[in-house]
Amino acid sequence: MVNITIRKRPQTDAVITQRKFFKKTARGKVIKGKERYLRDDVSCGIQGCTACPDSARNTLPAAGDLAHNLFPNGHFLLPDTNVFLSQMDLIESNLFTSPIILLQTVLEEVRHRSLPLHNRLKALITADDKQVWVFYNEFRSETAIVRDEDETPNDRNDRGIRKGTAWYGTHITLSHRPIRGQPSRPSPKVVLLTDDAANRRKAEQEGLTCLSVRKYVEGMKEATQLLDLLSAAGGDEVEPTRSVAARSALYPEYLPSSTVMAGVKAGQLHQGHFNANQYNYLEGSVSVPAFTKPILLVGRENMNRSVHGDVVAVEVFPESEWKAPADEVVDQETTLKNDDAEDSEEEGEGDEVIDKERKVLGTGEASGRVAAERQPTGRVVGIIKRNWRAYVCHIDSTSLSSTHTTSLSLQTVFATPTSRLLPRIRLRTRQAPTLLSQKILVTIDKWDIASRYPEGHFVRALGKVESKEAEQESLLLEFDVPYRPFGKAILDCLPVEGDKWVVPVKSESSVEWRGREDFREMIICSIDPPGCQDIDDALHARRLPNGNIEAGVHIADVSHFVHPDTPMDSEAAARGTTVYLVDKRIDMLPSLLGTNLCSLRPHVERLAFSVIWELSPDAEIVNVKFTKSVIASKAAFTYEEAQIRKDDPNLHDELTESIRLLNSLAIKLKAGRMAAGALNLASPEVKIQMDSAESSDPIDVEQKQLRETNSLVEEFMLLANISVARRIQETFPQTAVLRRHMPPPRTNFEKLQDILKKRKGLALDVSSSGALAASLDKCIDASEPAFNTLVRIMATRCMLSAEYFCSGSVGRDTFGHYGLATPIYTHFTSPIRRYADVLAHRQLSASIDYTPLHATLHSKPHVERVLEVVNRRHRMAQMAGRASVEFYVGLALKGRKEKQGGQVREDAFVIRTFRNGLGVFVSKLGIEGLVMFKRDIQFDAENYTITIPASLPGTQDVTIAVFDKVVVDIEVEKDKNTQRGRVKMTLASPINSSAM
Amino acid sequence: MASRIEILNEGGYRSDGRRQYELRSITIDLTPQGTADGSALITHGLTQVLVSVFGPREAKMRRETLHDRANVNVEVGVAPFSTGERRRRGRGDKRILEFASTIKSTFEPVIQTTLYPRSQIDIYIQILQQDGSVLPACINGTTLALITAGVPLLDFICCISGGVHSTHPLLDLTTLEENDVPSVSVGVMPKTGRVVLVSLETRLHVDRFEEVCRVAWEAGKVLHGEMRKAVRERTGGLVDAMGGVAGAGGAGRGGPGEGDGDERMVDY
Repeated sequence: MVNITIRKRPQTDAVITQRKFFKKTARGKVIKGKERYLRDDVSCGIQGCTACPDSARNTLPAAGDLAHNLFPNGHFLLPDTNVFLSQMDLIESNLFTSPIILLQTVLEEVRHRSLPLHNRLKALITADDKQVWVFYNEFRSETAIVRDEDETPNDRNDRGIRKGTAWYGTHITLSHRPIRGQPSRPSPKVVLLTDDAANRRKAEQEGLTCLSVRKYVEGMKEATQLLDLLSAAGGDEVEPTRSVAARSALYPEYLPSSTVMAGVKAGQLHQGHFNANQYNYLEGSVSVPAFTKPILLVGRENMNRSVHGDVVAVEVFPESEWKAPADEVVDQETTLKNDDAEDSEEEGEGDEVIDKERKVLGTGEASGRVAAERQPTGRVVGIIKRNWRAYVCHIDSTSLSSTHTTSLSLQTVFATPTSRLLPRIRLRTRQAPTLLSQKILVTIDKWDIASRYPEGHFVRALGKVESKEAEQESLLLEFDVPYRPFGKAILDCLPVEGDKWVVPVKSESSVEWRGREDFREMIICSIDPPGCQDIDDALHARRLPNGNIEAGVHIADVSHFVHPDTPMDSEAAARGTTVYLVDKRIDMLPSLLGTNLCSLRPHVERLAFSVIWELSPDAEIVNVKFTKSVIASKAAFTYEEAQIRKDDPNLHDELTESIRLLNSLAIKLKAGRMAAGALNLASPEVKIQMDSAESSDPIDVEQKQLRETNSLVEEFMLLANISVARRIQETFPQTAVLRRHMPPPRTNFEKLQDILKKRKGLALDVSSSGALAASLDKCIDASEPAFNTLVRIMATRCMLSAEYFCSGSVGRDTFGHYGLATPIYTHFTSPIRRYADVLAHRQLSASIDYTPLHATLHSKPHVERVLEVVNRRHRMAQMAGRASVEFYVGLALKGRKEKQGGQVREDAFVIRTFRNGLGVFVSKLGIEGLVMFKRDIQFDAENYTITIPASLPGTQDVTIAVFDKVVVDIEVEKDKNTQRGRVKMTLASPINSSAM
Repeated sequence: MASRIEILNEGGYRSDGRRQYELRSITIDLTPQGTADGSALITHGLTQVLVSVFGPREAKMRRETLHDRANVNVEVGVAPFSTGERRRRGRGDKRILEFASTIKSTFEPVIQTTLYPRSQIDIYIQILQQDGSVLPACINGTTLALITAGVPLLDFICCISGGVHSTHPLLDLTTLEENDVPSVSVGVMPKTGRVVLVSLETRLHVDRFEEVCRVAWEAGKVLHGEMRKAVRERTGGLVDAMGGVAGAGGAGRGGPGEGDGDERMVDY
């Protein structure tokens, strides 16, 4: 049975028991104080103490530590708060073994100043190899003190610490009473450890033993090793806790919006999207039309509370202040590790974090970069449009003050977004402990000038970290993919017959057959990736009696089912595109259409929109015809099956011949395209191998194989798209839905050109796409076949992305598609999964007088609006797909590691060098990673090399340059605080960097 | 900064220096207040409640009279200065009405109302300071005020709040603790050990509920000793005073009667 007692509080000591009776907060609110019950049973923690109750649990040795030079009779160490705040590394060291008395005053002050440090301190208390005893001096009647009228909280705490030290001194002598018959032994000393000179002086006046940290460490046995750990800040006077002051502004105010608007109009300010730098959270950039290079924003003040994606107004500094982008990886989490979620609420800033950041920024400038690399530099003076949305985050566990799941208290915590581009978000929640291991959705509410971080609120939990559902949903949310099931209004637009719908029997009266050609007898087949359900294209080819060849591309006739101005149409327009994740497809159209009624499945009659060419044997277009049709595909091949069939010399059936014919044409078409200057670009494409369809556990990652048949389908799709683009542009010069790829500005390639020249002695001609293609072909390293692909990948990254546009809204001369080197292009061939294709279908259908064009497609603003959405969705879908692959690569790596034991070791190419690390690309897995060095390395920005100085005598310095092949160990490491798994790479060859 | 305070630290101390099972300092003042028939000023730590009891007396409003028993009327007032943030609560405040109704339903079965048909017992509760465990303080104060008013009760009702921090039960919560941990208030009749009130307004895990309730139940008995001592002291004082002025007779209205009632109660 528990012992229940009533604590009596004598009336007489009312003053001392009420620690702070009234307290005024910063907002002028008066808070009633709390009471305090003082007691005499707080144990001193010294083993064998006769004066204290229940000394069984005590951990401090009776004689203290005898090893220190200055205290041969033994001593206990009693550090003050600042020692823990600034010298935690020292105290955490294994060599630092002195018995420590930790006063409650100190523990609480550390907790108030920095939660992360407090957590480290708490770990220290429970560590086996440390002797730390927490003495609850504020509850012991002899040591409790009350703050005097004109005393600062800091002075009060110092006084409390001194009082505690004095009490221990007398307490030890009392319990060390000499035993009769034995020589009296001098009792151990209690040493007050403080770096505050004023405090030391006062303590000496009171007759206490006190030392500075440096002095103390110098007297220790392992002084030489420990002195290294001494933080440089230790020598300085530590600033006292500031009393509550007005919160100082960290950021400049925004200009009023009218001024911003006027400034943008007058050309003094520049407007653009803010892009955060994923390697360096203190840097961002804004691309504006006025400059060829994006405007660089360096440091928090200049970024002025912009979040990735915001439309901001930027003021550009005079050219003398322009800077080059930093060449260092600056990680928010490591730099701001000890930052406190509640800190800036209560206090003004200006503490060590800012110093640290300043240091980081300073190194970039000091390195004296070449003027050529300087970019226009500026600062954000206003926000034109916030693009805040809900972000997927994790709760940072170190920012929690209480992790008990029963705790209902309101806590201020940090939420770290999964995207590295976003700042941490401060969040107030009552359910922080339960959210710790979950992915959560957080929206930003505001970002005040006095707050270092934006403030947000919790929206909902997505589920456990690393569970597939949560990861999948978070991915969709992160890339803003609409993934809700289709509503009833949309499903009502489907044919009433459902999956029983068939092409009606051919007759004059049938609506479906009106104006359609009957291609049911034609030898048509489809070639798609394995497992493809939404087959939207099929092909055929046959020789004509006149020696020419007839080739046809048949595209699913989606516009027959999806009519303009219906709920289904507007939903498809809003979704823009089907999103393919590794284990899931988020359809643009209801699956009845996508995978059944529109899908050109073999052996069933389907409606199609056909493009039929008459091609000369040299693949010159003689004639092209567009027509609605009915087809019945004869076979659905995968790329592999088609390839095997084509290569099999024993097969001579019509289907095989047709594929061969198509292939021969495709080769000529491709050659023609290449001659015209089309680029053969590369992007890292990998395929995730699944265990089985149900479990969807990735087994392994392999690179996608490209076969001849891939190129076959590609060439005919391009041809169809180009032909359709010409036609609709002729018919509807104002509103045709086209796609273009702008030539990249030459400056985009400067860096790559420079690297290639310096590292490999190769030149890249970027004057035109043809020249680029030719020079890319020459970028070959005989010993390294993958080198060419790498350069292609890097070149691709320098380019702009292709976009849909409305033909009437841009100049005729900018229609061109840079990558494909064609003057006009559109998307026509995948209406099941892309909305732009549906529009192209409608326009083409109107241009052949099959249906009248819906009024909305005559309106330029409407088409522009729709295409803007589609462009955005398209971009997001690509990123979502890539992120999904990345996640599965991570899972596969983990699986591989478990299976094989040990680490995953792969070849990698260096693609970037930083002051403190390397950017590497693992082509086999299609992932990029960072290798970071904690130790100092020499960095040569001019030559893109880093040199790792020899660590042991006898070894040589190792120099690594961009394009070097290295071997890396890859592991997926779970971040302790945020729970987010991330790929961690360490160098295995030419030098092992795991220790660095 | 409330969240910066540890509810129960590693050393086993709560934020005010108590251990898990230690109740706060209790003071009981039973001196008569104004014209009330019985009154009690009780403090649990920094929570302070004044309860005045009037009656049994004729009901002010006819319609409230019950022909077979006394009507118990509870009214609660919260002083605006009682909380950290000054706030005036109206009489119609739903939270306060609920509070009053909880107290009423707790006491109705314990007061022997059938002895006083067609009459009314008014209980006026003033919450002067709040620092957690307000309901227990009100219940305990009401018990004492009813006793000093000489209203026959079946037993004391001793109420105490309990909570759980992680897996550790805590007793007699302060505001700070109430804001952080799930809490339950348990009222017991110490003689019979019967529980007359369990009030739970937060979520508490079912596995922990029994443990907390049991500890609070035990604590009720400890509290009983304290309350009984106060009643005895007061009655003793009255008896002494009677002895001192023997023969003066009928000094105070109902004075001896109260004493009798007390003695009877205590020796039940």
